[in-house]
Amino acid sequence: MAEKKEIIPKKHPMPSQDPRERIRNFNEVALGYDEETAVAEAKRCLQCKKEPCRQGCPVEVDIPAFIRLVAQRDFAGAIKKIKEKNALPAVCGRVCPQENQCEKYCTLGKKHEPVGIGRLERFCADWELARGVQPQEVALPTGFKVAVVGSGPAGLTCAADLAKLGHRVTIFEALHVAGGVLMYGIPEFRLPKRVVQAEIENLKKLGVEIVTNAVVGKFATVDDLMEEEGFDAVFIGTGAGLPYFMNIPGENSCGVYSANEFLTRTNLMKAYLFPEWDTPIKVGRKVAVIGGGNVAMDAARTALRLGAEESWIVYRRSEKELPARHEEVEHAKEEGIKFAFLTNPVRILADENGWVKGMECLRYELGEPDESGRRRPVPIPGSEFVMEVDTVVVAIGQAPNPLVPRTTRGLELGKKGNIVADPQTGATSKPGVFAGGDVVTGAATVILAMGAGRVAARSIHDYLMKKKA
Amino acid sequence: MFKILDKQVFSPVVKQMVIEAPRVARRCQPGQFVILRIHEEGERIPLTIADFDREKGTITIVFQEVGKTTRQLGTLEAGDYIRDFVGPLGTPSHIENFGTVICVGGGVGIAPVFPIARALKEAGNHVISIIGARSKDLLFWEDRMREVSSELFVTTDDGSYVRKGFVTDVLKEVIEDRGRDNISLVLAIGPQPMMRACCDVTRDYGIKTIVSLNALMVDGTGMCGCCRVTVGGQTRFVCVDGPEFDGHQVDFAELARRSATFRAEEQRALERHTCQCGCGGGK
Repeated sequence: MAEKKEIIPKKHPMPSQDPRERIRNFNEVALGYDEETAVAEAKRCLQCKKEPCRQGCPVEVDIPAFIRLVAQRDFAGAIKKIKEKNALPAVCGRVCPQENQCEKYCTLGKKHEPVGIGRLERFCADWELARGVQPQEVALPTGFKVAVVGSGPAGLTCAADLAKLGHRVTIFEALHVAGGVLMYGIPEFRLPKRVVQAEIENLKKLGVEIVTNAVVGKFATVDDLMEEEGFDAVFIGTGAGLPYFMNIPGENSCGVYSANEFLTRTNLMKAYLFPEWDTPIKVGRKVAVIGGGNVAMDAARTALRLGAEESWIVYRRSEKELPARHEEVEHAKEEGIKFAFLTNPVRILADENGWVKGMECLRYELGEPDESGRRRPVPIPGSEFVMEVDTVVVAIGQAPNPLVPRTTRGLELGKKGNIVADPQTGATSKPGVFAGGDVVTGAATVILAMGAGRVAARSIHDYLMKKKA
Repeated sequence: MFKILDKQVFSPVVKQMVIEAPRVARRCQPGQFVILRIHEEGERIPLTIADFDREKGTITIVFQEVGKTTRQLGTLEAGDYIRDFVGPLGTPSHIENFGTVICVGGGVGIAPVFPIARALKEAGNHVISIIGARSKDLLFWEDRMREVSSELFVTTDDGSYVRKGFVTDVLKEVIEDRGRDNISLVLAIGPQPMMRACCDVTRDYGIKTIVSLNALMVDGTGMCGCCRVTVGGQTRFVCVDGPEFDGHQVDFAELARRSATFRAEEQRALERHTCQCGCGGGK
């Protein structure tokens, strides 16, 4: 640090759509920095020697270097620097929980607000997308073929890294578009689908082939891919797509959705454009979303945009324990989402036609900490009450999808049906087969899945090079 | 994109298509289904596989035009393309030599019964098939069903062909005639009320009855849970646990209610479609 400068204690605020306006549309909430704001924010960075932010990034982006380039107005250089490590910067800049990662360790953040690293990353990625993406360098072909099963964050990252190393990569995706949870799960207003598709187009420029409508475990098993289709290695990144239900009476009433269904209809199938698009969705006047994670926030905010008069988050612990990102909770509150904390349904009530008309709930209080370290919610006897709602969205988590784990010979599985893989290498119990992301860890974040994809790509490369030798 | 290689029109509302889909044809088994999407704005709809040819890499589907998507599908011709076609999905039929098996196909349900009956016959079963439709013009594949059955009975609700009556009437007669102990299994595929009625008949005789459920679906891979159904008191997903279940355990009333979830929207989409395409349909 040569020059001494005045410290600006707060991040430059993110321009965003007015809450009153945005609850009536699916357009992106956060609008992104302009050049001047980005440069000013980048100049907040102390460029400290220890670079603690880098230890918080699961994909190891050289954060101080790219921020320095932004401060110097070399935006092309900055995005190039990011993309050395991150294949999906426009996505990560939007959906990473930076407050628990890079920004958590920011030196500036000890006394003030940390540098808006995520916002700067997004700025750089959007700057490049608006100008046309420069192709990246790809190594000479190695002659090896790798299959990547699933095109979510883990698969896309793994594929990008392997392609850059010169391997021939084919991604198999079960749905009709690539992107996995980035397409079906995260709403348009948080992550525009054109941004996801633009990142995927970049991947194709690296030579990655994407086969959609291909359900591995059904049209072919992982063993078939290796034995019959000549793939030298396989990466499994099929995510956690199996929704949990509460197993309470009335849960199969009409008007009860899993968050997956509710979000898939809306995001992937664009039900908010019905009847121009063919897939319908029905949202009533009063919606209850069960759960407190990011998926629950997404569902509650989606319900509002689909026309619900009231949208509630029903969560059995207190506000402090909400697993959702702080920013998402704030956005939800701004938009008028209501919260029923320390509340959990025990029964869903239906009318004579089988439609939801209410939810019998119990109130809870917090007891001793449980194995997660959070205070255990304990039901209060006799606290039953009925919440009148006509739509219920169950957002209490997802398990790994069993299609691939169950059909692959010799794959060691964990208790919850997850694939057991070495966190250092992504290697599974089956030679040549690697796995990472939610199918290994259970439902987590986009960036952790990307980190796992990166780790696996590295060890797949090592595995193939050894095979060659 | 998936090419339509051939199209047959069985009636103004029942049509058959042969689709080029080698990845699906390679591994599919009787009882499995596909999900298709006609165009970019289209919905994903499940259809049970009616036949397949591994060598040619083709899948045969038979569908009845009931909503916007099936009606739009019906306007496509050989040479046209379907945007998305994914499968094989679901768990295959359990095939073994049970002894004597009755296969009941109602309406468009005749199509998915066909490959299962063929596999059961090849496995050594005595296959008694009963096919029926509302009227003669909705009946198809009588010849194909005869080929794969040891015996074939045909009926029409209105008596416009062979005999008047429901498939359940014939089912009951056959069971009475052969004796309950001589029937190992009944398979019934068709509209939900028909499958339910077949189960009501066989329940009295205590004959195990398999049905193939047609629930609402989105992804078809166990991801959304839209297709959940209560079987034997437990929630199951039709797309991955089924589509075939023990019919005596299925909560048909719940299935019917859930199937009607989007009826108003489906009607709206259909009306909008019929006035736009100018066919004057809207029957």
